[in-house]
Amino acid sequence: MSESTEAAPAEGSSSKISPITEAVIRIAGNSQDGIQSIGGFLARLAGRSEQEVMTFMTIPSTISGGPSIFQVRIGSGEVLTAGDEADVLLAFYQHSYEKHIDSLKDGGVVLYDSDHVEPNDEWRDQYHHVGVAITSLTVEAIGGTARDKGKNIFALGLIANTFSLDVDKLEILIRERFRGKAESITVNALNAFHAGYQYELGNVLETFRFHDSEQRTRDQLVMTGNEALGYGLLAAGVRFGAGYPITPWSDIMELLRRELPKYGGTFVQCEDEIASVSTAIGASYAGRVAVTGSSGPGISLKTEALGWAIMAEMPLVIIDVQRGGPSTGMPTNVEQSDLLIACYGGHGDAPRVVLAPQNVEDCFTTAIEAVNIARNYNVPVIILTDQAIATRIEAFDEPDLKSVCQDLSPTFDAVAEHQPYDLNHQSGTPQHLPPGTRIASGKYPVVTGLEHDEAGHPTASPKLHLQMTAKRRNKLRDLATTFPTQEIYGPPEGHVLLVGWGSTMGPIREAVDRARKEGDSFSAIHIRHISPLPNGLEEVFAGFSHVFVVEMNDEGLYGYGQLATLLRSRYCDRKIRSITKTDGLTFKVKEILSRSRALIQSP
Amino acid sequence: MSEPSSNLTARSGNLVTVPPLADEDRKPLKKKDIAADHPTWCPGCGDFSVLALYFKLIERRGIWHEKVTTVAGIGCSSRFPYFVQAHGVHYIHGRALPFASGVSLSRPDLHVFVFGGDGDAFSIGGNHLNHTARKNIKMTYVIMDNFVYGLTKKQTSPTSPIGFKSKTDTMGSKDRPINPMKQLVAAGASFIARTTSTNPKHLLDIMEKAMDHDGFSVIECLSECVEFYAGAFDASNPRKGGEFKEVPADHDVTNEEAAYQLAADPFPGYFGIFYQENRPTKNANETAIIESARSNVGEKQDWEILQATFNRMK
Repeated sequence: MSESTEAAPAEGSSSKISPITEAVIRIAGNSQDGIQSIGGFLARLAGRSEQEVMTFMTIPSTISGGPSIFQVRIGSGEVLTAGDEADVLLAFYQHSYEKHIDSLKDGGVVLYDSDHVEPNDEWRDQYHHVGVAITSLTVEAIGGTARDKGKNIFALGLIANTFSLDVDKLEILIRERFRGKAESITVNALNAFHAGYQYELGNVLETFRFHDSEQRTRDQLVMTGNEALGYGLLAAGVRFGAGYPITPWSDIMELLRRELPKYGGTFVQCEDEIASVSTAIGASYAGRVAVTGSSGPGISLKTEALGWAIMAEMPLVIIDVQRGGPSTGMPTNVEQSDLLIACYGGHGDAPRVVLAPQNVEDCFTTAIEAVNIARNYNVPVIILTDQAIATRIEAFDEPDLKSVCQDLSPTFDAVAEHQPYDLNHQSGTPQHLPPGTRIASGKYPVVTGLEHDEAGHPTASPKLHLQMTAKRRNKLRDLATTFPTQEIYGPPEGHVLLVGWGSTMGPIREAVDRARKEGDSFSAIHIRHISPLPNGLEEVFAGFSHVFVVEMNDEGLYGYGQLATLLRSRYCDRKIRSITKTDGLTFKVKEILSRSRALIQSP
Repeated sequence: MSEPSSNLTARSGNLVTVPPLADEDRKPLKKKDIAADHPTWCPGCGDFSVLALYFKLIERRGIWHEKVTTVAGIGCSSRFPYFVQAHGVHYIHGRALPFASGVSLSRPDLHVFVFGGDGDAFSIGGNHLNHTARKNIKMTYVIMDNFVYGLTKKQTSPTSPIGFKSKTDTMGSKDRPINPMKQLVAAGASFIARTTSTNPKHLLDIMEKAMDHDGFSVIECLSECVEFYAGAFDASNPRKGGEFKEVPADHDVTNEEAAYQLAADPFPGYFGIFYQENRPTKNANETAIIESARSNVGEKQDWEILQATFNRMK
């Protein structure tokens, strides 16, 4: 497929349709071109069909303009990652073409806008070039407007044609997308879509059709990780939040601000990060678990208040959507370099809970788990997600909301007496009584950041500081005993165990699959509970000759990434080693495999 | 979906609930019921007077223990909650206002009082004062201003006058002090008053009016630090040869410019209500947003509201 062809509309030509099981499509343009919405349409279509879907996107940190990509992988089987290499690249501009041609597999198809892209002769042998005058054809299709808005929808039509996608369902999605807007907008979008769809590529480009997959039993929800977290908090019964805008956390606060009032709740945009965490803690004190969140820089600012919440034993959920750091760093790139600040950031001995969701669906589940741990153990819980999981779109089985949703309305039943920091309490952690609760003894609690006695009154007693420090630590040891046994992906014994956390689950599992296919005995675990760690990991490690911790952060001064550092200090196991990276991009499957194999060779 | 690993068992443990008690069956609270730990303040500290009048306010207005929440940051004055027998919070330095905002916005049934000093209010927490004021979040904030950092033993404070000799300004403070009244007027606080711990009648009257104000009410109460800035406020105390100059009777409290002009009067300045306006609180605004959103979702249960959202995400 060496020649490139300026495709021309042709009527009625019959084309060859090849069955495929999966495809990776990368769309490259500028951020204002609506690239994300093409990806969104494809993802939702997959969710409504029998296909699996996974997406990956980058957005520039500038306000408008700047290169942007969206990659979507659609498959008939399980889709674990957005794909190492693309089958099809759709390039809107010369820079999109030149920068992303490398992401195509050999023999892949580059569909380019011939109004803006001049193909490079050297690449014509390697990739199949198809030029379509996307810009001018869009302008023509929607009635000669001078602007080229709508070319994303035209491109969606081209893709729908290439992959024999379900046009009726896409039309419904387009109508839904523009519901509530002027009818002319929907009409224009549909015109652009049909112009793209009817553009005959058949004589120059082979077209594809996905294999049928197994029939789904449950409806699929299609959303990003940030959305899943936000809705998970609502399902968990959170009715108060406070935050300050920062990428990539802002989506969650926008969602909560929009949605919470429907549930009788409130979200407050505060003057800064410190006010946000403080306002959320105040609301938690007033009766039910509240949420705040940020990204790395904001988490740093919140840590003094986090220390208070740990000392005062106040429930709280803090979301950290990690980005590239330190400082302003790379605001729109992915990194997993906040693990240590999440576990240890702050002053004093301040044990807290850290959870790391591993995919979009797990963001929903983790939000509920975090709220319940915070509430049951009177402790701040940090949810560590990252830019990749935050913006990635996945389809997953719709949860049974009627059984999942929780009502955490506070009660104010009067009690005989109450000590907020009772050392002999049968559960180890008495619940706080919110203000409004009458205490018949007439002795009322003070919640405080000073070291305190059982009633909450200040003390510098050595014995009490010892006892209270132990209390705050031991309740988390108790919590660890409730965690499920670590699930192992692959056999429990073998040569290499890959250890991951957070958004890297997909490429790690795919690396295991590929290694096993090639005869190497790899398995993997993905740790969701970062602090406290689940019990029994040492027994898992014992089954393998090598334990490689795969994470997107730096190897640091001593050669180990952040989770690897934690695991080595916890287990003193020299076979725990690191595979790290800091290029701001997600792990590729082949990258994990080649790095693992190199590490095996260097004991 | 995997199940969350912790269940919802409330950790209420050995809490013994008691039957509700009708208000008419309860004995009105006396000072001894409201007083908790003996204050740790130095003998002669102005803060004793503020505490005593807070007890008196609760007693006079018949507020039940559980209906008042006392919040403080860090400083001598911020020890306040330990001395009050009611739900209380001793939070971190400078952040009492955002904490109290979280309480106030989620609990319209409570009287929320915040006590703190000049460091909390005008230095480390200065920006929170501006934003709580502009948002008009319902609570009463009593700033016990002693012009010095007392808890840390005599460093310069944001209200220390020029020339004040402290451990951090042994040659005398050079930085222009904050004018609290001017800052509060500019920030948009809806009730702004000034009083002193040495005039109990005035202090109680102002505290009561502040409590009744529907909005963010702020009181700057001069409260002498006998240890590190003795005699600082003698000029406002007739018993020490000073003058307690009340805000003129013809002052229009709704006039921002007039309030600003009053605030320009040199130390010890005027005492009384500088400014007061009735404008919607954030509490009321948020309630209206909720009511409007609730009327759109109708009689649905929470899970049904979420289900309706999810139905659009398939």
